[in-house]
Amino acid sequence: MTLQSMTYLVVGFTFALYIGIAIWARAGSTKEFYVAGGGINPVANGMATAADWMSAASFISMAGLIAFMGYGGSVFLMGWTGGYVLLAMLLAPYLRKFGKFTVPEFIGDRYYSKTARIVAVLCLIIASVTYVIGQMKGIGVAFSRFLEVDYDVGLAVGMGIVFFYAVMGGMKGITYTQIAQYCVLILAYTIPAIFISLNLTGNPLPQLGLGSTMAGSDVFLLDKLDQVLRDTGFAEYTTNVRLSATNMFMYTMSLMIGTAGLPHVIIRFFTVPKVKDARSSAGWALVFIAILYTTAPSVAAMARLNLMSTIEPTPGEYMLYDERPQWIKNWEQTGLLAFEDKNGDGRIQYTADAETNEMTNVDRDIMVLANPEIANLPNWVIALVAAGGLAAALSTAAGLLLAISSAISHDLLKGVFRPDITEKQELLASRLAMAGAIAVAGYLGFNPPDFAAGTVALAFGLAASSIFPALMMGIFYKRMNKEGAIAGMIAGISVTLFYVFQHKGIMFVPSTAFLGDLPENWFLGIEPNAFGAVGAVFNFLVAFAVSRLTASPPEHIIHLVEDIRVPAGAGGAQAH
Amino acid sequence: MSKNASYWSANLKLVAICMVIWFVCSYLFGIILVEPLNNIQIGGYKLGFWFAQQGSIYIFVALIFFYANRMGKLDREHGVEED
Repeated sequence: MTLQSMTYLVVGFTFALYIGIAIWARAGSTKEFYVAGGGINPVANGMATAADWMSAASFISMAGLIAFMGYGGSVFLMGWTGGYVLLAMLLAPYLRKFGKFTVPEFIGDRYYSKTARIVAVLCLIIASVTYVIGQMKGIGVAFSRFLEVDYDVGLAVGMGIVFFYAVMGGMKGITYTQIAQYCVLILAYTIPAIFISLNLTGNPLPQLGLGSTMAGSDVFLLDKLDQVLRDTGFAEYTTNVRLSATNMFMYTMSLMIGTAGLPHVIIRFFTVPKVKDARSSAGWALVFIAILYTTAPSVAAMARLNLMSTIEPTPGEYMLYDERPQWIKNWEQTGLLAFEDKNGDGRIQYTADAETNEMTNVDRDIMVLANPEIANLPNWVIALVAAGGLAAALSTAAGLLLAISSAISHDLLKGVFRPDITEKQELLASRLAMAGAIAVAGYLGFNPPDFAAGTVALAFGLAASSIFPALMMGIFYKRMNKEGAIAGMIAGISVTLFYVFQHKGIMFVPSTAFLGDLPENWFLGIEPNAFGAVGAVFNFLVAFAVSRLTASPPEHIIHLVEDIRVPAGAGGAQAH
Repeated sequence: MSKNASYWSANLKLVAICMVIWFVCSYLFGIILVEPLNNIQIGGYKLGFWFAQQGSIYIFVALIFFYANRMGKLDREHGVEED
């Protein structure tokens, strides 16, 4: 069977599965729609959270980035896992005890203020929409690449599928679909990794293979990689720091706090039956995430080594361009991999020196997708990787859309503007909001305004600088009042947006970047992607200062905080 | 001190211990002290590099289950567990 028909078969089968599950688990009430009736087992919930969390950025992009950043890529590995420790200990159990549907609902009640709730909704929408546009783009690219259709057609098909099951099923459908999607994506990620690890080191576990010797020799894989990179003039893989230790510290912190502040992840902990389930569910989520995240560094290092040895099979002897393997030809057609024979010797010199380097473009995002082709794995594995990439992008897009639609229908419409609407009307409004959000994200996906990896990091920075501090102080600092929380959220998100826009351009239009994207203009050498942590510090400081200068919160709020601090008496998630 | 207040201070103590471990295994070993730790070799891994790309993640997982388990005990000791 050809690769093309195999891909249709595998992708078609997985999609039929997701849609079937969405129909089977249709939501009938608002409670089922928002929090799946609060009855999801913590292990199953952890698996769904993992699929929700791991987007196209984790699946397709991350290992490729690490392959070229080496040690510096650790910011993604630590940042996107360590946030779950914060979630489990600082937020999840208390928000579950509070027992409502949405993050702004907690902020509105805790800070006894509709204004606080609206500010939280705005922060949530800014962060989530930023994130979902990237997913929509990922869906479009993946569909067009593997189904060999136009990017626009691919995106439209993807929008239709997301619309169908997110809108029909609500949280109940999404949760069960995401469990299936997790299984697809984790198999698609680990199977090629196991093959490649066996190939290179003889060890089937990629996590151990990375620390093993090369098959048939006593040289360690990482030492060999460092050696090869030194010889071609690149920085050593295992010691290549990303800009500076300060920058890596802030980058990691920003991703961690952002993880704990992203609403689509937080609401996952409203779907478990009990407070103690919220704690362990965060652990289960991280177990399922760690399977991919501990495999990724092996995929990265091995892909880099395979790439280097394809280009330079024996030291000093580069590959003849005419004898390049099929996978290079395939990716050359997309323009994501490009060569230029500068010295006209018919061979491809790949070096760190821009003057003589002949591999003029190698897009980081192709590494994971091309990996099975580089290692000559069978067609069904390549097809599975396609299905896995789509599962990762779709599950995250659906989770984000649910967070956006619940913020609009539940927090703005029912909570603030039209408290008298019925449950049925609210459900309808929610579905309409979701359809609207898909249309907006899809539209921006058709015309992506220079959105790339920086946007995803920005989404984390925005969540880190606005929502996380407000939630944490709401639980751990009784004296925090509405004035402090509102001022803090606005200060945090404004500082972060301002810093990013001045370096990356207003709404990412590069010509409007009034300070330019130049490292010498960076505050303490911190790159814009890592600035969310600084924004969060601003949020904490401003909130604290303002709260000291204004009145204490009323007595019943003190009691509310005392109540959410103990698990006893938690019911299911409740409407008002 | 009331039952809930002593439960809360025991909780804060536990969270503080966990946060120290969280910080040490990622920020301290993986970033701040990475160079000296890289002089130690575990199999093919430099130790600092291992903490940054593997070790910290394993410790995060263990840490959450440790916390969940200890909190379950605290809930029962202080009689604040759910029905």
